[in-house]
Amino acid sequence: MKKDKAEKKKLSGAEILIKSLKGNGAKVIFGYPGGAVLDVFNHMHDSDLEFYLTRHEQGAVHAADGYARASGKCGVCIATSGPGATNLVTGIATAQMDSIPLIAITGQVATSLIGNEAFQEVDATGISRAITKHNYLVKDVNNLAQIIDEAFYIATTGRPGPVLIDIPKDVQQYKSSVIKSKGVNIPGYKPTLMGNLKQIKSAAELIEKAKRPVIYAGGGVITSDASDLLRKLAEKINTPVTTTLLGLGSFPETHELSLGMLGMHGTQYANYAIMESDVILAIGARFDDRVTGKISEFAPHAKIIHIDIDPASVGKNVRVDIPIVGDAKLILKELDRYLKAKKHTDWIKEINGWKEKFPLIYRKKKDFVSPQYVIECVHEITKGKAIIATEVGQNQMWVAQYYKFDKPRTLLSSGGLGTMGYGFPAAIGAKVARPDMPVFDIAGDGSIQMNIQEMATAVIKNIGVKIIILNNGFLGMVRQWQELFYNKRYAATCLRTGALNPEKDKKYKDCPEYTPDFVKLAEAYGAAGIRITKNEDVKNAIKKALEIDGPVIIDCIIDKEENVFPMVPAGASLRQMMGGMA
Amino acid sequence: MKRIISVLVENKFGVLARVSELFSSRGFNIASLSVGETLDSRLSRITMVVDGDVSIFEEIKKQLNKLINVIKVQDFTNVEHVEREMLLIKVNLSRKTRAELIEIVDIFRAKIIDVGKNNMTVEITGKDNKIQAFIELVKPFGIVEIVRTGKIAIARKKGGE
Ligand SMILES: Cc1ncc(C[n+]2csc(CCOP(=O)(O)OP(=O)(O)O)c2C)c(N)n1
Repeated sequence: MKKDKAEKKKLSGAEILIKSLKGNGAKVIFGYPGGAVLDVFNHMHDSDLEFYLTRHEQGAVHAADGYARASGKCGVCIATSGPGATNLVTGIATAQMDSIPLIAITGQVATSLIGNEAFQEVDATGISRAITKHNYLVKDVNNLAQIIDEAFYIATTGRPGPVLIDIPKDVQQYKSSVIKSKGVNIPGYKPTLMGNLKQIKSAAELIEKAKRPVIYAGGGVITSDASDLLRKLAEKINTPVTTTLLGLGSFPETHELSLGMLGMHGTQYANYAIMESDVILAIGARFDDRVTGKISEFAPHAKIIHIDIDPASVGKNVRVDIPIVGDAKLILKELDRYLKAKKHTDWIKEINGWKEKFPLIYRKKKDFVSPQYVIECVHEITKGKAIIATEVGQNQMWVAQYYKFDKPRTLLSSGGLGTMGYGFPAAIGAKVARPDMPVFDIAGDGSIQMNIQEMATAVIKNIGVKIIILNNGFLGMVRQWQELFYNKRYAATCLRTGALNPEKDKKYKDCPEYTPDFVKLAEAYGAAGIRITKNEDVKNAIKKALEIDGPVIIDCIIDKEENVFPMVPAGASLRQMMGGMA
Repeated sequence: MKRIISVLVENKFGVLARVSELFSSRGFNIASLSVGETLDSRLSRITMVVDGDVSIFEEIKKQLNKLINVIKVQDFTNVEHVEREMLLIKVNLSRKTRAELIEIVDIFRAKIIDVGKNNMTVEITGKDNKIQAFIELVKPFGIVEIVRTGKIAIARKKGGE
């Protein structure tokens, strides 16, 4: 009798998983089924978890990532063993590079088969070791509840990141009476949150003495929810703010102290300000090579204060004078107490001079749609109250340059890994997280084809993502590099011909119709498609797309040789900006 | 330059792979590696001798600290410490050489742990130079095989700081 009761209280691994996911606040899961996760799906079937079936596991992991970026919560995705797990790899690496909290659950063959080259077996923890913050292979169902709580803790604290949990099929089936964790206490993982007070005081002293200070803000400001503090602090010490790509939205770009993005395709005034600065206050950014240009010539006169939660990021790429390890929000709050209000009239005047002399400009084309204009129109029509996902390439850089991000968590872009195909599924995840917000994916015609299958997901679940394809018929950013650095030899970047040597290819001359026809493609999926070829039609198309309930593709035909300027050639100093007008 | 680094880790499967991968993925050669349980059986200590660029080494230390299962990283480069390595060495033996070999073993305070018909196995513990000197001396007799544990080290002061 008693024994029966104890037996009844036991739960299977699959049940424990669902219970623990919910216990950790998960409401939405993106994924794809298969043999090794059947038990989990079988129990999900009865749960109140919201499940989104994508059409590819890569779609699922990017959607979970987009959900996380838009909401600030942890994203969750699930895939089967073998090919399911390997299809997650790019998405996990994308999340890792951009410090996005994510739980990836993979099925695994039964424990007795592991190592046997069993059907659909891959070493998922081995494969994902270098691209996760941590991972687990669950060998005993009695550890499952503990592992899931730990995984969420690791994914969402410190410098966030993806955690993969590989669960063999038999572990999903075995029953256990251990259905709750004992609470999380990981001896080797205690992120430092409060920065060292002495360092904070030295930072305040340095800022006090600065004559030409600049704040350089990254994604960490958004992660730590420190945007409001950053704005107040910048205003108090009257210091201009430039951001990284992932930092866009951490400081309002419509603010007079905003310098926009810095780095390779940043604004000239941001780069000049950095190069002429005497103190740089870096917050939640990691001095990546796309930001610094030639590292030995980066900010030659500046003393650098670096606030970051990841001790391994501090002093990794540049010499840092005052390192402060901890959470940006807590540190800024403390720093603020030691800072006096300041005015930097001359410095601001000098910067404003650069703003006037070297603004971001483009020439509107007559026979084509101008991509920069499209982005300005999206901003104007939505009044900046939208979430913008990007793909990778020129489309991404035009968004970074021409959309004025005022709020955190409104830009979703694969910054670190530069994953083409990220934007559309991420936009789907964002729209699921924020159904109240208009969500766009600004895409290139190359990138959008990398996860185009998710049109089905969006149409069937009526997830109203508006896709704007900036269609240049080329892998535009690569073509731009070929134009500038490879004598215009457009090897394998022309999407109309697919030619390795377009000059020799007869087809290139007659330039065939674009494949696919994106309007027909949208229609084939049951979505709306709009094609525009002139700037006059841009606003109407965007308005129309917003009126349509459900996903829409706007195919904008742009000039194939449109370029992203300004630009710092790879490896050159930030001073060597190629100005130029697009 | 060769460096000794000691990493205190959770005693779990997969941890050694995580630690060694940080070195291998940055082109570091691990010259030796030894792992064993500590006083607390939930923890293990990994001692490694590695060779590579200093700045990369510093970077690896930071990355090691980031590993979830790593509890402490100790770099012995500038820390007063004692280090030892143990060697098992099988040397050819004949009636003629026997006495001389035993004499060398004695001088080095090594230990004969097995004697066969035409070879014997010696255990020797010590620092690099002692071990190296011993190897040189017995080389002429003919070394059949050498097996070494890899270096282990302990700081002279508590905690090593
Ligand atoms: C998965 C992947 N493969 C290759 C690349 C290299 N790459 C970077 S930008 C780019 C071109 C992108 O073309 P498209 O999506 O049409 O965007 P555009 O630059 O024309 O706006 C390529 C191929 C990448 N970033 N990601």
